[in-house]
This record gives sequence, structure tokens and C-alpha cells, in this order.
Amino acid sequence: MFPTILFFIFAAVLIGAALGVILSRNPVYSALLLVLCFFNASVIWVLLDAEFLGIVLVLVYVGAVMVLFLFVVMMLDLNLERLRREFAGYWPLTVAVAGFAVFAMINVIVVKHLGGAGLQTAPALAANYSNTRTLGVELFTRYAYPSQVAALILLVASVAAIVLTLRQRKGGKPQDIAQQVAVRAKDRVRIVKMASEKKL
Amino acid sequence: MEIQSIYLTIVLSPLVACIIAGLFGKVIGRVGAHSVTILGVGISCALSLYVLYQMVFEGSPEYNGTVYTWLVSDGLQLNVGFLIDHLSAMMMAVVTFVSLMVHIYTIGYMADDDGYQRFFSYISLFTFSMLMLVMANNFLQLFFGSEAVGVVSYLLIGFWYKRQSAIFANLKAFLVNRVGDFGFVLGIAAVLRYTGSLDYATVFSHAEQIAAAQVHITGAVAWSAITFTCICLFIGAMGKSAQVPLHIWLPDSMEGPTPISALIHAATMVTAGIFMVARMSPLFELSDTALSFVLVIGSTTAFFMGLLGIVANDIKRVVAYSTLSQLGYMTVALGVSAYGAGIFHLMTHAFFKALLFLAAGSVIIAMHHEQDMRKMGGLRKYMPITYWTCLVGCLALIGFPGTSGFFSKDSLIDAVGASHRVGSGYAYFCVVTGVFITALYTFRMFIMTFLGKERMDHHTQEHLHESPWVVTVPLVLLAIPSALIGWFTVKSMLFGKFFEGAIHVAPANNVLEHLGEEFHGPGAFILSALLQLPVWLAGLGVLTAYVFFHWRPALADAAEARFKWLYTILVDKFGFDWFNEHVIMVGARRLGGGLWRFGDQVVIDDGLVNGSARTVGWLGSVMRYAQSGYLYHYAFAMILGLAGLLMWLIWR
Amino acid sequence: MISLTHVLALSGVLFAIAVAGVFLNRKNIIVLLMCIELMLLAVNFNFVAFSRFRGDISGQIFVFFILTVAAAEAAIGLAILVVLFRERSSIDVEDLDTLQG
Repeated sequence: MFPTILFFIFAAVLIGAALGVILSRNPVYSALLLVLCFFNASVIWVLLDAEFLGIVLVLVYVGAVMVLFLFVVMMLDLNLERLRREFAGYWPLTVAVAGFAVFAMINVIVVKHLGGAGLQTAPALAANYSNTRTLGVELFTRYAYPSQVAALILLVASVAAIVLTLRQRKGGKPQDIAQQVAVRAKDRVRIVKMASEKKL
Repeated sequence: MEIQSIYLTIVLSPLVACIIAGLFGKVIGRVGAHSVTILGVGISCALSLYVLYQMVFEGSPEYNGTVYTWLVSDGLQLNVGFLIDHLSAMMMAVVTFVSLMVHIYTIGYMADDDGYQRFFSYISLFTFSMLMLVMANNFLQLFFGSEAVGVVSYLLIGFWYKRQSAIFANLKAFLVNRVGDFGFVLGIAAVLRYTGSLDYATVFSHAEQIAAAQVHITGAVAWSAITFTCICLFIGAMGKSAQVPLHIWLPDSMEGPTPISALIHAATMVTAGIFMVARMSPLFELSDTALSFVLVIGSTTAFFMGLLGIVANDIKRVVAYSTLSQLGYMTVALGVSAYGAGIFHLMTHAFFKALLFLAAGSVIIAMHHEQDMRKMGGLRKYMPITYWTCLVGCLALIGFPGTSGFFSKDSLIDAVGASHRVGSGYAYFCVVTGVFITALYTFRMFIMTFLGKERMDHHTQEHLHESPWVVTVPLVLLAIPSALIGWFTVKSMLFGKFFEGAIHVAPANNVLEHLGEEFHGPGAFILSALLQLPVWLAGLGVLTAYVFFHWRPALADAAEARFKWLYTILVDKFGFDWFNEHVIMVGARRLGGGLWRFGDQVVIDDGLVNGSARTVGWLGSVMRYAQSGYLYHYAFAMILGLAGLLMWLIWR
Repeated sequence: MISLTHVLALSGVLFAIAVAGVFLNRKNIIVLLMCIELMLLAVNFNFVAFSRFRGDISGQIFVFFILTVAAAEAAIGLAILVVLFRERSSIDVEDLDTLQG
């Protein structure tokens, strides 16, 4: 019973924070509310016995991604006045679409019992069950190659982000190693023939 | 030497010779070219004779083996292999022997031709192709051989490629053979369809399987599969062996050099069809309908093509028409299930027809490449060897008692007479009347060429002399088997066990066995034949020819004037050429033009090619309005898709 | 007890809010990216829930990979955003219509 109550509390906060994300006029508030969303989601995942993912969500999202968001939001000199214009003109459409989405999904989930009615109660876990251990075993055995690929994706993403935002400073004096290695004597040394000076 | 390598040597030595003479002709020169090809064919001839000797006298078993697997596809194995039994051993010997004679003869005939080395290369290639065909142990190799001889025939008919008529003739031969080959390919496909194999042994052991099946070609009409298959295969044989109505290429093929007429268009390639049918006797035996078809086609060819020989004036064309007619005889023999008689006639015919062609060629050399018989005459005293050998050939052709042609043709006619197959009455009439006609045109040719007044111009007359030894030696060598081979082989090939295992005849159809009961040796055979119709008809034909063309030439002109309409029909060759040129060719061109204009230009070019491009362009011009470039429009489209998916989930 | 339906309903609502966010914040591309993060969160909810209720750990592995890709996506998206802002001094979606057909 207690976990259910906890679930409802955190779910309510989650929904409220999500609404805040989309309704707030200041992107900084949006970002902070999104952080709140992730915290709540993390708690709910822990309630669902997915401790590892819950912690990862906090570490990765709150610790890295959202900081990045905030960083960018604050770094860019945004013209908030301009961004706020025409904010209200799309309410009807928004409500209609979101309402339909909620209606349809609830309908599918509850009425059609997507996933089967037999899944309504979670199977009991063993006394010494460790979510992290199970996940780790699976990840490094069955999903070893995909996890390598995922690592590669992260590498590519970080390289790409650096390359995209890299800006050469004008007037800097960096070393060009390749140029230094490829240099030849005749590029640097000039031999000049000249008559010797007369003795004074 | 291992037996398989003997076979390989037989096949490959002409090929090697061909490659050497063809690719390095300039390097090795004329003498080199003819030496190497004669050596190649000589080796193969000697080994063939050895194989035949081993088979017949030492009783070595038949050989059926695969040399090389070309490809394997979905359980179908395509091999290059040899099936050597009495039938193929005999064919090999005949082919290589005639080919060797022709090679030697060519040295004299083509002495001052520019394409000397090319010619030798071609005829060696031809020998190789023919051997592949004869020695094949599967349908695909048979088809390869038949196509290859077709190609070489094309090359050789158009050997003098600067002549318009030669180009026309070789194209004609090629196209007509394509028609036949189309049927042949269909037949092979049917064989594959019903037995799942192309190997002779497998196919023949599954022949009953084809016989049990039915084909639906149009709608609900069911054909017996074996009849369909056999008729398709026979259409291929018709193309190669020049049977009506696919015979039209053979007279025109006389545009090629004479040695080729002797080799290809008399002795070997044209007999490929006959050989093919004999080889497939286990299939043909199962279909009386197909055999009746063969019989009717053969007898029509035998009779009507012989008639044309009476009016032809080109010495080679006369021989060509006689070839057509004789091929008809062989086909008739196949049609009455007397395969042995057909093959026997094939063999004797190969000798005497090659002889006749080479003799004609010798005459042509002497006449400075004049082929019109109206400008010959009285050559006897100038060319004694040619005269006597040609006489032997003519006597063999008309079936003079004791010559090889007599044994084969007479027993063939007897076999037709003894048969009860549908159409055998018509066939008997055709072949018996054909004997008279054969004698008539043969001796017309002989008399117009060698006897009578000398009608050539003065210049030619001065230079008339006997041909060199390279020409006369093959004539003599061919004259010997033409005259004698029948006497020695008739018993075993026709009535003995010579073809046992190679040719299969259903007991009910076995007319030869029936005749064999009355056969008491070649001497008795001659005596009994003297009391029968064909020999007397042949004599009557010779007499008629003598009266009309030697004794009273005016009678011939009078007959020509009296039966003008008949003469015109014969000169027009029954209008086959007219029909092909004015109906089939024009029709095909119209059809092609129509297909080009409607099918290609309208449907494919405008409709499919440009049309699809236009459609894409139009679609793009419409679709670009959907590309607003705004992110949220795309997001909205995504949401709409999601909504659609959800709705389907809800209300499905 | 928490049932599967509860979690799925929560994730549906979360997703709908994110969709609404895409529509409302048509001007601000940063908030748009945040909305996409929200959508991914909703999807991850489903994975975690099904993984738990089916007793199959693979669902959580998938969440793991989605987190990876989402992090990469956020990094690159923000990098593009920075470059874009440098070029145009604006992150207004309506200014970004050079792809218009």
C-alpha cells in the first residue's frame, strides 16, 4: 500500500513538473523543472525495482544532460520577449491533440489491456535479487557488442559536438606539428653569397 | 592409352589444329595450315577407326562417362561427357574419314584462294563440333554441337563474304536453322521438365514417365507429352537435316566452296538431324503420332525435292537437291522405326554424296569455276578419273545393284513397304517414285557434264585437264567405300546386332527384324531385288535421262514447252522462297515495325520511361508544398501518424 | 500495489504533455529539445514497466541504450544549437525555413 501512495504522490509531482516545463515562459525555469521531472521519474523507477536505471537517470540526465541544457540556455543571449510572443494562440489545437493522445493511449492501455491482463501484478523477486548485478551480467554477456556500439556512439557524439562548436581564435599561435615535421632545410635556411667586406 | 584420353584426343585434336591454323595462320603459312589441320583430323580419323575396330571386332563395351562437370544448378547437372557405342563410333569414323578426304581435297580446290588458312581453320572447327555432337552423352552437349556446326556452316557458306549472294545464303541458313533450333530447345526443355535430367541414359530410362504425362498447350486440349516432345525435337532435326519446309537453306548453301558442300551439306552436318532422331529412338518409339509426322515430312522431302533436281542447271544444285531428297529417304526410314536403315543410308550416302560433290568440284576446277551444266559436256575424255569416280557415285546414288547405295536404299524401301504405320502408303509411293526421279536427275547431270557435245567456250576448252592428285586421290578413296561398303556391312548393320543398345525399337514396330528373316546374304539380296520394282524404276530413270538428254535432246525441250506450268513450278521451287520472302519476311517486318512503333515508342518510351519520369516530376511538384521547412509542421505530421496508429489500435 | 496500468497511464499522460509542449513552444528550440527528452522519458517508463511486470531484464537494457542515444542526441543537438545561434543570433524555429520546398 505504501509504495502505491508513494507512486501517486511522485506521479502527481511529475505531471505537474512536466506541465511546468512546457508552460513556463523562461527556458531556465523549464530546464530546472525538467530536472525535477527526472528526479521524480527516478524515484518511480526505484519503486519499480529498477534501482540501477533510477540512479543512472539522476547521474546522467540531471548531472550531465540537464547541466548542459542549463549551460546553453544561460550562455546564449536569448531574446525572451520575442520568444514569448504568440505563445497563447495555439491552446485549442494543443489541448485537442494532447487530449486525444491521452484519451487514445488510456483507451488502449486500460480498455484493450495492451500487454495482457495477466501482467497486472509484478512477479515476486528473489530475496537476494540485485538489479545492478542482473543488468550487468546481461549487458556484458548477451549485449556485449551492442554496448560497444553504444560506446562508439557516445564517442562519435562527443567528437561531433566538439568539432561543431570548435572556433579557431584569430591571431592565436598554435603549433602545427605536421608542418614542423614536414619541414625541409631549404624552407628555413637561405644561403646568401656575398662579397667579403673590405678591411677597414 | 586409357580409353577416355583416346576419346578426348579424337575430339580435341581438330580443335587444336583449328586454333593453330586460325590464330597463327599468317605465321605458319599455307603449307603449315594445311599440314597441321590434316594432321589433327588424321589423328582423329585414325583413332576413330581404331575405336570402331575395337568396338566391332574386339567387342569392347560401350562407354558412357563424364569428362567435365560444367555446372550444377538445383539438382540439374550439366556435364560434358561421351557416350560411345556402335552408333556414335560409326558416325565418328564416317565424319572424320570424310572430313580427312575433304581436307586433302581442299589443298587442290582452294589452291589460289586468299582465305586458305581461314578455310582450313573452319573445316577443322567443323570436325570438332560434329564430333562433339556425335559423341555427346547428354542433350545439352548435343545442342552445343548442333549450334556449333550451325555457326561453322554459317561461316563457310559466307566464306566468300564479298559476294552478295553468299551473304544472303548464309544468313538464310542461319535464320532457318534458328527456327529449327527453337523447336529443339523446346524439346530439350520438355525433356528436362518431365525427367529432370538431360543425360541420355537417365532420360531414356525415364521415357515412360514422359509417355504418361499430358501437356496443355492451348486451353483444355491435352496433348500427349511424348508426342509434343518428340515433334519439338524433330523440328530441330528438320532444321539441321533440311526437311520440308525448313529445307530452303540447303540449295542456297551451295554458295560456299565445294569442299564444304561435300563436308557439311552432304556428308555430315545435315545428317546430324538423322543421327539425333536415331539417338533418341527410345523416345520416338513411344509416340506413333510423332513417327507418322516424321514419316510424312520425310517422304514429302524425298519426293518433291527430287523433282527440283530435274530442272536445276547448276551442277552443285542438282547434287544439293539430291541431298535433300536422300535426307528425305533417311527420315522416312526413321519414320517407320527402321532406324538402322536410316543410319545405314546415312553412312553410305555420306561416302557417295561426298564423292559426287568432290567430283562436281573437280569439274568446276577444270571449268574455271563455271557451274552451269549447259556450258559443259564431253568432259569424259579430258578427266577420266573424275569421270569414273563420278560414275561410281552416280550408280551408288541411284541404287545400282551391288553398290552401297543399293543396299541401303533398297532395304529402306522394303522397310517402308513392310511398315503399317499411318502414312506409310504415301511414303511408299514417294520413295518408290523417288527412285525413278533420282535416276533421272542423276544421269541428266552425269550426261550433261561428261557426255555429249562440248558446249564450253573455246578458251576453257583449251585448258581442260584432269585435276591434280590432291583432288583425285580423295575421289578414288571415297569411290571405294561408295562402291563396296554396302556389301560388307549390310548384314550386321541392318539385320544384325550392330546397333543393339544404341537404338531401341519397340518389338511391334521392328520392320527390319521382319525383313531380316528373309535375308540370306548380300548376293541373294541382289538377286531378289532384281525382281522388284525399284531397280527397274532406276533403270527406267537412267534410260529416260539418256533418251531426253543425250539421244534426243529436242524431246527435253519439247517436254519443257508442253508442261510449261509444271516447269515453272519446279523452277520456282514450289514457291517456298516466294512465300518466305513475301509473306513471312514482310509479315515479320510489319510485325516488328508495329511493335516498334506501338510497343517500344508508345508503351515503353513514352509510357514507361518518360512517363515514369513525368510522374515523378509531377508528384514532386505537388509534394513540395508539404515541405514547409518548419519543424513543427513535421512534428505535427508525426503526431497525426501516431494518432492514426492509435486509432487503428483502438478500433481494429 | 502499483499495477502495470498505473505506470502506462502515467507514461501516456507524460507523452501527451510532451506533445503539447512541442505545439506550444513553437518558437523556442531549446524547449523543444526538452520536450523531446520528456517524450523519451515517457517511452523509458514503458520499457521499465514492462521489464518489471514481465520479469524480463531486456527492457531495462533497452532503457540503458536509449539513455546513451538520448545523451548523444542532446549533446549534438545543443552543439548544433550553439552553432546556429552563432550564425543567426536566433533560435526561433520560424527563422529556420531554408529547407522550404
